[in-house]
Amino acid sequence: MPKPDYLHFFIDPNRCIGCQACVQACTECDTHRGESMIHLEYVDRSASVQTVPVVCMHCDQPTCAEVCPADAIKRTGDGVVQSARKPRCIACGNCVMACPFGVPEVYEDRKIMMKCDMCYDRSSVGKKPMCATVCPSQALFFGTREQIEQLRPLSMPVNTFQFGSQTITTQVSTMVPRALASRAPHIDVVAAMDERPRSRAVSLTVISDPFADIEV
Amino acid sequence: MVADSGPDPRSPIDPAINTPGREGLTGTAPASLYAPSPDREAITIAPDFAPLDAQPAWRQDFPVDWPQDLYVERRDFMKFLVLTSAAFAVGQIWIGVQNWYRRHSGQPPVRRIASVDDIAVGAAIGFTYPDEQEPCLLVRLTVNEFVAFGQKCTHLSCAVIPRPAEGSFYCPCHEGRFDIRTGVPTAGPPQRPLTRIVLDRRGRDIYAVGVEQRTA
Repeated sequence: MPKPDYLHFFIDPNRCIGCQACVQACTECDTHRGESMIHLEYVDRSASVQTVPVVCMHCDQPTCAEVCPADAIKRTGDGVVQSARKPRCIACGNCVMACPFGVPEVYEDRKIMMKCDMCYDRSSVGKKPMCATVCPSQALFFGTREQIEQLRPLSMPVNTFQFGSQTITTQVSTMVPRALASRAPHIDVVAAMDERPRSRAVSLTVISDPFADIEV
Repeated sequence: MVADSGPDPRSPIDPAINTPGREGLTGTAPASLYAPSPDREAITIAPDFAPLDAQPAWRQDFPVDWPQDLYVERRDFMKFLVLTSAAFAVGQIWIGVQNWYRRHSGQPPVRRIASVDDIAVGAAIGFTYPDEQEPCLLVRLTVNEFVAFGQKCTHLSCAVIPRPAEGSFYCPCHEGRFDIRTGVPTAGPPQRPLTRIVLDRRGRDIYAVGVEQRTA
């Protein structure tokens, strides 16, 4: 049974509070032997506490599958790029090197690559992936386009990514502020790597000392 | 009550997913409410966005999509059938040639095994016949009764152990048993009797004069 094609995954990194609920929920699943398939990454740990949940983006042109020499990574008809087929995977790690989003991981002890498959056991029967179910801030959202439009009127989903000369369209969308998304309908990842955050320092000036009259 | 400052960009509709009237947006509605799924064959997009016909041949041989990976062409299936049948036919011819060769190569040369005095009644000695790779057992059943059999079990070629007290050869691998007088299997998985070595007694010496392969 395929994933219903009216349900989509939306990631809104702005809303991520770094609570690790998604990681814990993913770890509990037995289909990938207690390993978390979702990576919760810090953007710049020394400067900010901002975290970003990284799930598989389920590319329309999956680079991991393109480079797999064992033909182990396959995509089902609903566009979900599945985890490595166990009888085929040789744990070479090509996919780990190739994935532009850094999603696949090789588990050397059991000689297999495992990656996020959008909780195919759940999403294929119309349920939400576990991370989207537990996310308290709805940074990970699984639902219809109409739903996300109403819930996030100031953002719009973007699923086109530019890595140098490689353009990738994905099944999973990232929520981008509407003002930015209307300017460029894709995310230029390589250019964004050099981008520095705008200064958000706020200075508060003390107008007068409220305790000036009080004798101590 | 806060004064309304211009049009609220957000939708006035309650975004909670269980609001009455919004059931269709919650993912619980049937898929028929939404646009039909794209053709499964049509979702493959190559990294260079060129049509599939313009892609190199290996991309069709190693498709990313699971449905195409499972798809077997009639021509491929016929190729498999023909090649497999040919392999079986060649194997049968090879077996026939081997049998013909064995039948026409005659009996191996006569060789002296042991003296009657070397072996006690109810004991067994090992020898090789007709060459070094064929271990055999010579058993003295009574004073004037000698039998010899190849030691290879007819099941999976384990070495059988003589047990004259039980009147059997015993194969420890799968609990096979053969009658010690005739070499006929009496228990366990073996179906064919042990290879019989034809003996000839000349004076005090026992000679092996031939090998008798038996099928039943």
